[in-house]
Amino acid sequence: MPTELLQQAAADNHWAAIGPELMVGCLALLLLVLEIVLPKARHEIIPSVAVVGLLGIITGFVINYHTAFVGQTTFNGLLRHSGTGQFLRLFFLLAATGVSVLGIVALKRQKMPKVEFFAITLVVSGAMMLLAQANNFVMLFVALETVTVGFYILVSYTRTNPLSLEAGLKYLIMGALSSGILLFGIALLYGVAGNPALTAASADSMNFDALRVFLYANPDNIIAAVGIVLVLSGVAFKVGAVPFQIWIPDVYQGAPTPVTAFLAIASKAAGFAILLTLVTVFDGYQSLVVGVLTVMAIATILFGNLAALTQHNVKRLIGLSGVSHAGYLLVGVIAAIHVPFAVGAICFYLFAYLLGSLAVFGVMTHVSGDDDADQDMDHYADLAKTHPFLGVVLAVGLGSLAGIPPLAGFMGKLLVFLAAFEAGLYALLGVAILGVVISIYYYFGWIKAAFFPQWRPPVFEGDDPLPEPPRQVVSTPAGILLATAALASVLLGFYQGPLGAWLGLG
Amino acid sequence: MDLLLIAIVAPLVLALAMVLGLPKALARNLAYLGFALPAVIGIILWCQFDAAAKESTYAFLTTYDTGLTGLGINLTLGLNGISLPLFVMAGIVGLAAGLYALQSAAERLNHYVTLLLVMQGGLMGVFASVDVFFFYFFHELALIPTFIMVGIWGGRDRNYAAMKMTIYLTVGAMLSLIGLIAIYYTSGAQTFDMIALREAIAAEGLSTVAQRNIFGLLMFGFGILVSLWPLHTWAPLGYGAAPSSVAMLHAGVLKKFGLYGLIQVALPLLPEGAAHWALILATLGVVGNVLIIGVVAMAQRDLKQLVGYSSVMHMGYAFLGVACLSVVGVGGVVFMMVAHGFSAALLFLLATSIHHRTQTFDLDEMGGLVKSAPVLSAFFVAATLASIGLPGFANFWGELTIFVAAWQVFPTLTVIAIAGVVISAIYGLRAAAKVFFGPPTEAFAKVLQEQPATDLTWSERLPALLLLVALLAFGFWPKLMTDSINESVAEIYPAVETTVPADVARN
Repeated sequence: MPTELLQQAAADNHWAAIGPELMVGCLALLLLVLEIVLPKARHEIIPSVAVVGLLGIITGFVINYHTAFVGQTTFNGLLRHSGTGQFLRLFFLLAATGVSVLGIVALKRQKMPKVEFFAITLVVSGAMMLLAQANNFVMLFVALETVTVGFYILVSYTRTNPLSLEAGLKYLIMGALSSGILLFGIALLYGVAGNPALTAASADSMNFDALRVFLYANPDNIIAAVGIVLVLSGVAFKVGAVPFQIWIPDVYQGAPTPVTAFLAIASKAAGFAILLTLVTVFDGYQSLVVGVLTVMAIATILFGNLAALTQHNVKRLIGLSGVSHAGYLLVGVIAAIHVPFAVGAICFYLFAYLLGSLAVFGVMTHVSGDDDADQDMDHYADLAKTHPFLGVVLAVGLGSLAGIPPLAGFMGKLLVFLAAFEAGLYALLGVAILGVVISIYYYFGWIKAAFFPQWRPPVFEGDDPLPEPPRQVVSTPAGILLATAALASVLLGFYQGPLGAWLGLG
Repeated sequence: MDLLLIAIVAPLVLALAMVLGLPKALARNLAYLGFALPAVIGIILWCQFDAAAKESTYAFLTTYDTGLTGLGINLTLGLNGISLPLFVMAGIVGLAAGLYALQSAAERLNHYVTLLLVMQGGLMGVFASVDVFFFYFFHELALIPTFIMVGIWGGRDRNYAAMKMTIYLTVGAMLSLIGLIAIYYTSGAQTFDMIALREAIAAEGLSTVAQRNIFGLLMFGFGILVSLWPLHTWAPLGYGAAPSSVAMLHAGVLKKFGLYGLIQVALPLLPEGAAHWALILATLGVVGNVLIIGVVAMAQRDLKQLVGYSSVMHMGYAFLGVACLSVVGVGGVVFMMVAHGFSAALLFLLATSIHHRTQTFDLDEMGGLVKSAPVLSAFFVAATLASIGLPGFANFWGELTIFVAAWQVFPTLTVIAIAGVVISAIYGLRAAAKVFFGPPTEAFAKVLQEQPATDLTWSERLPALLLLVALLAFGFWPKLMTDSINESVAEIYPAVETTVPADVARN
């Protein structure tokens, strides 16, 4: 390669544009260094360093939210900085902070190395932030693999627990399979778009802009169509859409609770970040994309809700209900093809989902015992009486996830449904509403378990009462996190103010 | 300051303060204020309403931006002649329910009162919203605490009842939400503001097919919320299990959301759709609610279930009035909604007071309570008479107006509906007779021995008196309400007829 080209490429490397990602990466390294440098007795401050560092990065990011890079591509077209991308970066930073705080609470009970958890969480969230801005399949795939490999470790983190190991293995196999499918699709698209015999072929056909132009020019190419379907399938694994949802219940149950939260919140959002980018790239094959996504959305909503109905393990329940959330979001993605404000609606939905999930998972980490996989709904009996704070937070979180007004989750659902209505997706809307009604049953069942006076089997003399894991005392940072998530869920339901304006809804 | 906003926000702020840990005694005293403010504000606004400046029938209009202006969602508050009486009724019933709750011996009283305050705030919001979105929003805000309170403080079958209510009412609310969103888009106005919607639809008009479909959605959506037969089964069960103040607020006020939505939103915006569905609505209301539920009510032995069934039954008259699609019919429904709000709340309150004395809801186990509780029996008899619709009580004018309006459209159904009055007289008076008159049964005599029944205490009398006075005031002086109703209804429904409830009342 001639040196001028290299120079030109180097001139396009605006390192400042990925400053937050770099800082997150450095923070991860700093944690590892601290583990070596600090004496063992002082290791417990390392997680706090992670949280404080993240809060610092978030503050800096919010101050510089409107950077000059928005609307531009950098790194020779590898990254495209957009308003949505900015929002999602903030989203991943917040998710990482929340998960780290949950990690502090949950890891206390395990005899596990602690520092790596926080370091890997940071690396994964940095990769997700890059993912949200990817403008090239190479970038997308590398970032996605960084995320996935990080999750392989996190899911099987409590290696003394067989269920966690099983979950890790399942996630590994499924993740590898999905990466393979995704890569195969990318290869097909790359090959066909680089074919000089076709119009608008490009030498740089990994680039989304070039690919988009090519797909427009060749609307009936069968290889491109196969490639698109394969890429969408690969992404569907990440968001947990039917028929690629099989891994969800087992992995969610086996993974340590903070990791489950991370999977549910950030991994899903990352998948949707990719989808939102890809539907614009695949614009030339709109009818195909819409067809595939519509079938997926209907199946996802119905499967997620119906399967969650019968669950008694709350981790499986929240996993399957997360599947149905992916379905609602898919409806939003389909609407986003025609209705611009749907993108804002999806972001709002994700944000409400983040708050609601953090609240619920936060309560789960406090109620669960030593065996993280065994979290039964019966363990929540009388929670509102013994721990009113946790009870209220749980109710707000679940209510928000169920989409009950006046909570943030309702506004998210409403905005997505409004977008779907404007795009004329009546059938999907009908299914989504049906799903919401079904979901009330299991969400409310959980609230009922925590709040309503329950009948308990009488304990006879000599019998041990059914063992229930001891509930943890809420520490200050966890309390702040839970209170913030719950309060924000309530406030955002009443007043969307600046967030609505940010997302182009105001 | 905007009084409407205060009426909505004051209870909510107090509830929030109580959650955040206000000292118990102080909180309880402040709660009185939280329940009283909306009622007082309602009455003040009523006095000012005639003189106030109005814009398309709405007075006291104010708009607040909540961040979704781009989608045409704003918190717009205001009152017109239809919402004003309901707003005042919500305030007064809320005050009565609050007073009754504060003197009750409920476990964890503070939590109970907190949720009741949230409900109160939502109720005031429902009737003060000019924005259709917030109209729905506040309804849900009031509805959610209902489920929780039924589940925690409810009586028999509370778990099952709470679940059933939740699912039924969520389905109803979802259907109506889709209907409202459909109006939002098909009108082309891209706003939820009721005034703008009316103007846009008046200018453009919706296609007949769209009107029929949307009205169908709204009719069944709102219908479930108002316990339209055969989708009513949640109501008697839920009211039977609900704690008294919750039943008072839900049966008295919150249930009127559906009717209010039909009158304020569905009928004026979708006249052709309404005409298409009118006969079905009237038939379901009269044959289903009035006749079938009336007969079911006659067979009830449980006092609270009986009151619940009677509340479902009276909704049948309201559906008949709505289906008339005339100014008179709608005016009658508004009047009846207010009257029924007071009388249903009063009946639920008294049923619980009776339960405190007899320790049972079974009518066959009571009797002779009049000797030990004469004031209670006087109240109950008065409430029963009001519920039957005897002249002198507000319910009379509402039902009479509806019958007059319905006679011109559905003569046969009207005859059946009038026969329903007899049915309600039978079960109402039979219940009063069983509870209060005749010799006490053995079971009740035993209870009396252990715990002699006291008469209605002042803390119970005060809320009951509040409701009874309102019933009598409107019963003897309907003009208090009819003037404002007429003005708004006539403007919103520029229909052929110009006869208005006041004319009927004067004749």
